[in-house]
Parts: sequence; structure tokens; C-alpha cells
Amino acid sequence: MSSAPVTPVTPKRSRARRLGPGDRLFLTVVIGIPLAALLFFVWLPALASLGLSFTTWDGIDLADIHWTGLDNYQQIFTNYPPFWPAVRHNVIWLLFTALLPTPFGIFLAYQLDRKIRFTRIYQTAIFLPMVLSLAVVGFIWEIIYNPDTGLLNGILNAAGSGHHIDWLGNPDLNLWAVLVASGWRHTGYIMILYLAGLKGFDPALKEAAALDGANGRQTFLRVVFPALKPVNIIILVVTVMESLRAFDIVYVLGGGVGSKPGMELLSLLITDNIIGESSHIGYGSALAVVLLLVSLAAIGTFLVQTVRKEDQ
Amino acid sequence: MTQQSRDHLAARGPGRRRVVGGLFGLGAAALGAPVLSACGGGAGADPKTVTFGSNGADATPKKAYAAVTEAFAKDSRLKVKTNTVDHDTFQKSISTYLQGTPDDVFTWFAGYRMQYFAQKKLCSPLDDVWDKIGAGFSDATKQLSRGEDGKFYFVPLYNYPWAVFYRKSLFQERGYQVPQKWGEFIALARQMKKDGLAPIASGYGGGDSWSILGAFDYLDLRANGYDFHMSLMRGKVSWTDKRTVAVLDLWRELTPYYQPSAGGRSWQDAAQSLLDKKSGMAVIGLFLGQQITDEKIRADIDFFPFPEIEAAHGQDAVEAPTDGFMLSRRPKNEDGAKKLLEFLGGAHAEESYMGVDPSNLAVNEQADTGSYNALQKKSADLIASARHISQFADRDSDPGFISTVVLPGLTQWLGHPDDGSGTLKKIESQRSRFFTA
Repeated sequence: MSSAPVTPVTPKRSRARRLGPGDRLFLTVVIGIPLAALLFFVWLPALASLGLSFTTWDGIDLADIHWTGLDNYQQIFTNYPPFWPAVRHNVIWLLFTALLPTPFGIFLAYQLDRKIRFTRIYQTAIFLPMVLSLAVVGFIWEIIYNPDTGLLNGILNAAGSGHHIDWLGNPDLNLWAVLVASGWRHTGYIMILYLAGLKGFDPALKEAAALDGANGRQTFLRVVFPALKPVNIIILVVTVMESLRAFDIVYVLGGGVGSKPGMELLSLLITDNIIGESSHIGYGSALAVVLLLVSLAAIGTFLVQTVRKEDQ
Repeated sequence: MTQQSRDHLAARGPGRRRVVGGLFGLGAAALGAPVLSACGGGAGADPKTVTFGSNGADATPKKAYAAVTEAFAKDSRLKVKTNTVDHDTFQKSISTYLQGTPDDVFTWFAGYRMQYFAQKKLCSPLDDVWDKIGAGFSDATKQLSRGEDGKFYFVPLYNYPWAVFYRKSLFQERGYQVPQKWGEFIALARQMKKDGLAPIASGYGGGDSWSILGAFDYLDLRANGYDFHMSLMRGKVSWTDKRTVAVLDLWRELTPYYQPSAGGRSWQDAAQSLLDKKSGMAVIGLFLGQQITDEKIRADIDFFPFPEIEAAHGQDAVEAPTDGFMLSRRPKNEDGAKKLLEFLGGAHAEESYMGVDPSNLAVNEQADTGSYNALQKKSADLIASARHISQFADRDSDPGFISTVVLPGLTQWLGHPDDGSGTLKKIESQRSRFFTA
């Protein structure tokens, strides 16, 4: 990593002169340090996880690392009860976020961009959850979902149903409860991204659409939305990423103890196995590799698609 | 018998192994660099300071530990720097904590859970401390403080029994009788339900799913006896054994009487419903008392031992987890730390602690029990009369197995308590990952 980009000592002396020794040192430092950091902090751990996923290790003594081949993977796919629910929940998370909070955020952005009264207040209110740390968001929703004293059950009781609903404890319900909390935050995020896009939108295009007799829906779907393609791509990437790395809010609402029935996610299973009193680093790494492959597949397909369209 | 002896899975490809090892060595070297530099100098190396890692983050234990360390500071002229971490987080990160730069002395639990770290050499032996404090402890306690190699690794501070707690006045008002046998227990629960109470207070939401293990342990101890329970906990018996199936069958009889929405409630809220007379009984530890702020209510709380199921086992086992302290593997101030541990093992420390937190029992027999309240006295008798003392499922077993396999399995089952054999099959299929038979 330390060797500077060596310029060929042959004919083109003019190029060598353009990069003086100072420049070369500067480039080495500017490229070399981030490169070294990238290799060390990103690629080395990634490769180490990959390697460790074929071993068993308790994370304490290096001598205790034992090679087991594909055992971990075989175990995970055939004999790890929370695995398939976790995969399913990750997919649900992705679909939910992509289909509800994201379009809703776009919708809000579009409405708030129309210079209605108090628009700043609305914007602030909707964006506010994004300013809070996810842990705080978790606490807020914990209070709302509390079975005895929570806001939601209070309202239900006042409405006279008399039924206590165990929002976070019922395995059939808790994932959706968490998704609502996460969507609450995600909407604001998407709204602000889209608002930023709309601010840079050329109003002439809208006027042209209006002259052509397009109604509001047509203007949005045929003119505004396609024209904001760069923002749309960012939003899609953000949504996919947020869904796949979903962790913190589930962790907080689950009481900070990793996966709970009904709320299993791949990221939680990884921490379950790696962090804790008796850690199974190999097993957890194998799960992490599975998540990595899923993420690569999702992001990869998407990138290939975009790049291909761009080329056309 | 331990989960570490996995040699049968050992390397088939040394080449690949070396590559991984090398990669890891590199990573470890890099990670080690800042750790090593942190060791030299700084506040940690101050010979007048001992660092103390505490999991007592709730208000009462926090105050109580502060009282103990203050008493020590006055005694020894050493300063104690306490680093308090949330209880659950402390447990979760213990392994990384002990490998990093842990505090000199830290809070931990007796039994298998301590032995695991002793065996991993993540803590230091304390035989010289025990030479000085040993006189105060019973043989059973000594046994709990030893690692598998026979050396002492643990200084106990207190223990507390699990039992079925209730409010005396409620039982009087409604004319309930304390049940001795399983049938009476179920009948009482049925009656309470008829009377509009939640018969068994229950809250295992959030991070509190461990609390359901109290019922599981007792059902197993009463139905199958201590020896079977310990074999099950240490991974020596199949979880699909018909005796374990019987435990879930018994449990299923009880589940209709659990307080509803338990999966979303904390144990504190469940305990509060008992104090408020909204629920009739609670299977919980004496630490329930930490929830009490009104001394009048404390006097109204009583408990009975978990009812008998099999006559052969009676009520001979008591679940009484012991908490205490350990010494990290390379303490920065070893002399000071050992002085602190000596102090913590002495009667005076017990008295300072119980003075603030009267919901535990001193383990040191020389500690003055004169100021014990009625509940503490009764608890001490209960423990003293027990033929077997168990710790708690996550202390008698591999905690990873309990927290990632058993707990999710059982909590899920509690949501729909049908035939338990499917749940047990799932648990059993994971057992070999943690224990080698």
C-alpha cells in the first residue's frame, strides 16, 4: 500500500514531470490512507466473517477456532427454527416499507410542496421523528403499546371494547406494531428527501403540463415523477437498505434482548449468536454471510437495472 | 460435559485454517494495539483506585452498591470507581467486556455461569481471598463459588429464593387457603379467576422473558426432581424426554390463569398488579420487594413454596440464585481489588447492602440478621430447610442455549400453549450445538 503509483520510466517524461514528488506524496497519502482503512475496517472483517462462517469459535481463544466446513450453513437452513421466520420477516419489512411509508412520504412531500398554509409546521412535525434517535422512538412507542397503561389500549378501552391487546407480546401482532413505529419514522425521511427533489424541479415543466390540459394526477405521474428519477433512485436505495438493516427499533421494542417470537430478523439472529455470554461466532458469521448475500442480491439487481437503463 | 470440547469437529483442512487464523491474528493484533496502550498509565493504574463494574442499574441495588463501596472506601482509604451498566446489557456483553479492559472487580452470578468464565480464564482465582473470608460461608456456598478446577473464583454477596408470592390481606378477605399440592393450587387459581382477579401475575415482555423460567424450573423440580432438572440444564438429557413433556403438560394447566397480555408487560408491572391486588399470586423471586415503596404493603406480602407435584420430591428443592463478585483476569490494581473482595465477602459489606436493599438475604453466616424483616426471615428459613438449591435456568445451564433457544421456544409456546412436544423437538434439535453429549 505504501508504494506510490509508479510512473513508467519510459518515453513520456512530460507526464512524470506533471506529477512532482510532492504531488505524488500527497496522492499516496490521500488515496493510501482511505484505501488502507477500507481494506482494514471493511474488507478484512468481511473476509474474516466469511472465513469464520466455516468454523466454530467461542470468540475467546484463537486456538479454539475449529474448521467445520459447511456445517453451520447446513444447520441454519435445515435446523434453526427462527431462520425462516426471520427471512420472511425481512421480506415483509421490505415490502411493507416500500409499499406504505415510502409512497406516503412522497405523497406528503408533493402536497406540502404546494405552498399551503403552515407548510413549515407540517414539514417539521412529520420530519421530527427522524431527528430523534431510534432508541427514543422505541421508548415512545413502548409507552403507546404498553398493555396496561398504554395510549392505544386506553383508547380501545374508552371505546368500550374492554379488550386488552398485547401489541408487542403477541407473536402474530408484534411485527406489525413495530412496522408501524418504523414507518412513522421512515415517512418523514422519505418526505424530506422528496421535498428536496421537488425544490429543484423546474416549474416550467408543470406549466407546460397544465397548458396541455393534464390534471393533477397526470402531472405527477407523467411529468414530475419521471423527471425526479435521481431522487427516486436514492429513495429506493434508502428503502431497501433501511429494510435489510432493520435492527435497532426491533431491538428496543423487544426489550433489548435480541430476537423474540414474531419479531425475528436476520440482523437480530446474528447478534443473538455473536453477542452474549456464550457466543457462537462461527454460527453468527454464517448468518451474517447469508444476510450479506441477500443484500448483495437486492442491491445488485437494482444497480444492474439502473445502469442498464442509463446506458440505453 | 462442556460445550467447548468440540474436537470431533476439528480441522480437516489445516491450510485453510491457517489462512483464517492468520487473518484473524492480523485483526486481533490491530484490535489489541489500542487495548494494550490503554493498559499503561491513566487513572486505571492508580494504586489508590479500584474499579468496580456493576450490573446493579435499578435504583435500589444501585444505592445499595454505593453504600457498600462507600463503606469500603472509608475502611481502606482506597477509592472505588464504579461503572454501572444496565442489567441485561451487562450480561449480554459480558464476554466482550471481560476480553477488553474490564473493571478490576465485577458483579456476577454463581454456578455454571461463573464456571464458564473461569474455565475460559477470563477471571482470576481467589483462593487467597477465600483463606480470609472462608469461615463465614457454608459448604454449599463454597461449592457454588468454585470453578470446575476446584479453585475459588467467586465471592458471594446475597441470594434470594423464588416462591409464590401473595398479599396476606387479599387471602384473608377472600378466604383463600395457601395451597400445598398442585391440585389445590390449580383450584385456587380457578377460584381467583371466578372472583375477577388475574390469578397469576405475569409479565415477560421486552427483556423480561427470563422471568418465565422460574415457573419452568419449579415445575420440573417438583415433577421430576433436582437430579433430572440439573441433567436437563447441563444438556445431558434429551429435551424430548417424556418427563420434560410432562412439565409442559403441567404448565399448560396453569396457563389459562396467567394474567393476559403478559408478553407485552414488564415484570415490574406484573409485580405492581400483585401489590395492587389485581392479581392473586406471582411466581417470582424475593427481589419483588424492590418494587415496594410503601412499608405497609411490604408487611402484607407473604409467600409459600411452589406446591408439591410428586410426593417423592415434595418441596425439597428451592430456587435461590446467588449473586456476587469476581476478579477480572488482569486487574490493574490487584492488591486493591483483592482487598475489596475481602471486604465484600465480609459480614460488614452484607450489612451495608441489606441496609439499603432488604429484598435479598446475606450469604455470609456471620452477618447480622437482626434487622431482617419477616419476609427475609421466612426466606432464610426456606433456603436453610431445602435439600437442594438450584440457581436459575440461565445460571444452571449454558446461558447462550437458554437465551437463544429455550427462551424463544418457551415464550412462543406460552403464546399458544398447545401440545408442547413440537416446541421441545425444536429445542432438542439445537442442544448439540451447545453441549456435546
